[in-house]
Order: sequence, then structure tokens, then C-alpha cells
Amino acid sequence: MSLQMFELVLFTIFTAATPLIIAAIGELVSERAGVLNLGVEGMMIAGAASAFAIAILTGSSWLGILGGIGAGVCLSAIFGVLVIFLAANQVATGLALTILGTGLAGLVGSGFIGMKRDAMAHLSIPFVSELPLVGKLLFTHDVFVYAGWALVIATGWFLSRTRAGLVLRAVGENHHSAHALGLPVRRVRFLAVLFGGACAGLAGAYLSLSYTPFWAPGMTAGRGWIALALVVFASWRPAYAFAGALLFGGATVLQLHAQAAALGIPGQLLTAMPYLVTIIALVVLSLRHRRGAIAPASLGLSFMPER
Amino acid sequence: MRIEMQRRASTPPIIEFLAPVAALVAAVLIGGGLLTLIGKSPAQAFSVYFLEPFTDAWSLQELVVKAAPLVLIATGLSFCYRANLWNIGAEGQFVMGGLVGGTIAVVTQGMEPVLGGYWILPTMLLAGVIAGVAYAMIPAFLRAKLGASEILTSLMLVYIAEITLDYFVRGKLRDPKGFNFPQSVPFDDIARLPFLMDGERLHAGVLFGLMAVILAAYIFRRTLFGFDVKLVGSAPKAARFAGFSDARLTFAVFAISGGAAGLAGVCEVAGQIGQLQPVISPGYGFSAIIVAFLGRLQPWGILVGGLVLALTIIGGENAQIAMKVPLDMTRVFQGTLLMCVLAMDVFTRYRFRLVLWRHV
Repeated sequence: MSLQMFELVLFTIFTAATPLIIAAIGELVSERAGVLNLGVEGMMIAGAASAFAIAILTGSSWLGILGGIGAGVCLSAIFGVLVIFLAANQVATGLALTILGTGLAGLVGSGFIGMKRDAMAHLSIPFVSELPLVGKLLFTHDVFVYAGWALVIATGWFLSRTRAGLVLRAVGENHHSAHALGLPVRRVRFLAVLFGGACAGLAGAYLSLSYTPFWAPGMTAGRGWIALALVVFASWRPAYAFAGALLFGGATVLQLHAQAAALGIPGQLLTAMPYLVTIIALVVLSLRHRRGAIAPASLGLSFMPER
Repeated sequence: MRIEMQRRASTPPIIEFLAPVAALVAAVLIGGGLLTLIGKSPAQAFSVYFLEPFTDAWSLQELVVKAAPLVLIATGLSFCYRANLWNIGAEGQFVMGGLVGGTIAVVTQGMEPVLGGYWILPTMLLAGVIAGVAYAMIPAFLRAKLGASEILTSLMLVYIAEITLDYFVRGKLRDPKGFNFPQSVPFDDIARLPFLMDGERLHAGVLFGLMAVILAAYIFRRTLFGFDVKLVGSAPKAARFAGFSDARLTFAVFAISGGAAGLAGVCEVAGQIGQLQPVISPGYGFSAIIVAFLGRLQPWGILVGGLVLALTIIGGENAQIAMKVPLDMTRVFQGTLLMCVLAMDVFTRYRFRLVLWRHV
């Protein structure tokens, strides 16, 4: 493999990892606050459909991005009200959100099937993109890839270095103690859920505006679920989520290249790769830590203040 | 002035009954609003969705044929969910049951005159159940022995099951005389479930749905195992002190739900479709999750819930033809319905009180 080819493969790994990074960071924040939102896939696909529809209607990719984020936020708000203020079961509500989001995406997107628009422009960052070897690889991406990196850094800093991040983690670890300290448990959780929705919507917008710039039903192809697995795999730490996303992005890209190279491996086995890798990753992680040792202690539990 | 929520010690039966009904009404109202939004008449839609399926015998048979797999799968899932274990991969277990059971029908093609045929259908059904159980054992094992999240592993296995079916139907199991279409040979008549009525719709497989409900009602009410499942779900610590084994229970409830889904899968190919295709399920495994909650995890509730959900599926197909409503509307309605059910659930667990001022 030539050096150029190698560089191209590495470059596409970053792009394939981006939707996973963005969605996983959002879910990570929500889970750190103690809320398990299984609706990532639904919010992501609704984000993809809305972003594409708005971008076509207004001609502006930026408004499309806002539309994608808005769709994610709206859906996560419904979820948040149900599980946080009405103490509904988080697993079942998350599944309902995925079903609802997939349906809404189909309704929104039905008028836009088959339309194409240009992918968003790639931005070469001046000076650093000229660097030998890593310049092109790291600094000639589109805005989503940079946004993903910024999210990882900002979230890592927020969770471990700020007071608000400490509050969020306290709420997720032990909501009774947090409540006793006078922290607004339910408000913090609601905000974290909205952030998760915004990220899932943004990840969807990336898929339909840049990664494959058209709308197709089912285009998220389980990425929302993989992002959920990624959060577990990353032991709820942003930097690990980034590394994990690159691993999964790598699996996706390798699969595409293997299919193109026609190695005689059945196409179906290659298509199944990301899902197999996810299961293996979960197993490997479980072998290293026993369950519950690293997850936020109040994850998945609802909280009702007793006056 | 504010609203205060108080946990109920016990739920009055009337509220237990009214909560899902109120949820259905709320979901219908929201669905009607959405239809108005996309420019369709909600009144006409209501009639197409909820009244027309009852007007002719064909639709009624169709209703039962669609409800049966939902009821069968959801009854199995209720064991898992009551024990607070989240098997959301019933769709994959359904596909595996259909694939393995269907494979037996394909390989025994033409054997009837030589070996006699009455063993074929029972073997298929048994193989479907075993395949569903075996496939459900994967997430159960990973959960019970390694602590891996059963939610994520069971879901990932759905994708893998669908891809596996696709692989075989396009490869080894493809009908050599089928003009290269990705489908198996049509099953022999002896490998099909018999029809209960004229019209070639209502096959004997629907009886399994009813049997599952009766059996589950008996297990939950009368057996130690049923009590065990409920106890582990509602009071895991107490259950552990009482000496119930978490791991054994995990395997048991996954086996029940996987077996039920596998049986539903083989009934679908042996009753409804009559051959193997790349896609054999219109999402029964996922819709069944809604049915389980709509029925409040009670066997008889699930029977009603399955009929309601089957009604929305048939109504959705009719509305697509009669009113050009996109098929995705069905999914939107199902998601809304599940959310309404879960939201109304709060009234069964909490009492709401309007507090005008606070006594100090």
C-alpha cells in the first residue's frame, strides 16, 4: 500500500468515527448525570432527516445543522419529561423514542428521497495543514470533525475541572446525597439529557449533510446503538470514547476497503463487522471490570424528591 | 400552589385498568393532530385505522394472524421485563427461529413419499424454538457470567441475525429454479401449518399465542418460578437473601422469551409466508416490546395489547392505500402509544395532590 493510500485510509477513519464521537459524547454526559437514554438512534436519524430537509429548503447547510440539533433537542425533551419528571422506565422510554424518531424521520424525509446536494466544504486550517505527514490528515476536514474534537476536549474539561461538572457527576453517582446537599437533581438531569439530544441531532446532521450528502431511510444503520456501546466501552470517559470511536471507525473503513478489494469474504460477514466488533468490545470490557464498578452509581434509576 | 406526587402503597384496580385506556386515547388524539398537520382528515383516518378492519371477515382473520406473533413474543418478553432484564433482541431470535425451522422445510423437500411426512412440521417447530432459545442464550450468558449489558448485546445480535438470514437466502438456501430471486423453494404442504378457516389466512400457529397467554397466566399466579421472577424484579436484594440465583433466573427468562420468539418466527415462515425470504419480519420483535408494556406485563393485558397493535399495523397498511398516508405514520403512532403508556404509568405509582399552600 502506498503512503498516499495509507493516508487516505487514515483520513476516512476520522470521518467515519465522527458521528460516533459526537453522539457518544452526548450520551456520555447524559449517563454521567444518571440518565440512560436508549433513544440515540432515533434522535440521530430524526436529526439527519430534519437537517437535510431544512438544508434543501433554505439552501443553507448551517440552518440544516441547526435543524438537526433542534430535532434532537425536541425529542430528548419529550424523553426527559417522561423519565425525569414522571419517573417513567428509562429503558422502555428510550426504545419508544427510537421508534418515534425513526417514524418521524421517515415522514420528514419522504419528500426528499433521491435528492442530492454538495457535501459541506472541507476547511484547510492555515499553516498547520501544511505540516508534513500529519498536516493533511488532521487539518483538512469539514466543520463536523473539528466540532467532534472540540466536544471531546470541552466535555473532558467540563466534567473533571469545573464545579458544574462536579455537580453533574454528583447527581449521577448518588441522587439522594446530591438532593440533600440542595443540588437541583432533576434540573441538572434534564439539561444533560437535552445536551445528549443536541449531540445526537448534530451527529445525524453530519451523516446527511457531509458523510453521505443525501437522505435515505435507515441511513444511521445502528450508529446510535454503537455510540451507546461506545460509552460503556469508554468507561464513561470522553478521551476513551474518542479512542474507541476511532477503533470503530477503523472497523467500518476496513470493511469498505475489503469489500472493494473483493477478497472472497462474503459481503454479509463484512457488513456484520461493526456489530460483531461492538459485542466483542463489550465482552472485553466486562472481562476487565466487573459490572457496576465503573458505571455512574445512579444510572438508570429515577428520582422523586420526598418533599 | 404546586402539585405534589406521593408514592402509592398499592394501586386501585380501576386505575390499573384505566391507565392503558387513557394512554390509548391520548395517543389517538396526538396521532390525529399529526395527521391534520400533514394535511389528512383525522376523522377519515380514524375510520380507516380502527373501524374498517372489523367490517369484513378477511380483515378480521388478518388481525388475528398479525396479533398472534406479537402476543406470543410479548408474553415471553414479559418474563424478562418483570425480572428487570432487558432482552430487546426478540427480533433476532424470531429471525433465527424462522431461518432454522425453514431450513428443515427446505432440506426435507420431497422426502414425504419416502419417509412419511408427519414428523416434518413438529420437527420444524421444535427446531425454531431451540434456535430462538440458543440465540437468546448468547446475551444471557454474556450478562450472567461476564456482566455485559444485555440491552446492547441482544440488539447487536438482531443485526447479525438479519444479515445471517440474508446470507443463506442468497446462497445455500436459494431456490435453484427461482430465476435468481433471493428466496428458497416454496415449502411442501406437509411443512406448512394447516389453515383453521377458509380463505388461506388463519393458520394454526395463532393458537400458540393464546396458549402462551394461558400458560403465562398460570405460571405467574400459581408457581414458585413465577413468584421468583416477580420478586427478583421488584426486590432484588430480598430475592438474593431468599436464596434465588440471579444467573439461573437470567438464563431461564431469556430462554422463555427466546423460545417464544423463535416459535413465532417458524410459525411466520410455515404459516404466513411459506418460504424463506431475505426479510421475514415486519418488525414483530420490536412491536412486541410495545405490546408487553401496553399489556402492563400481564398475560391477559398482552392479549388485548397485541390485538390493538395489530389493528394499527393493518390500519396503517389500509391508510397507505386509501389515503396515501406514509407507512412511517404507523411507527410514529406506535412510538407515541408506548410513550403515552409509560407516561400514564405514573398515575398507577403516584398519587397527585394539588397543594395550595404549605403548612409550616
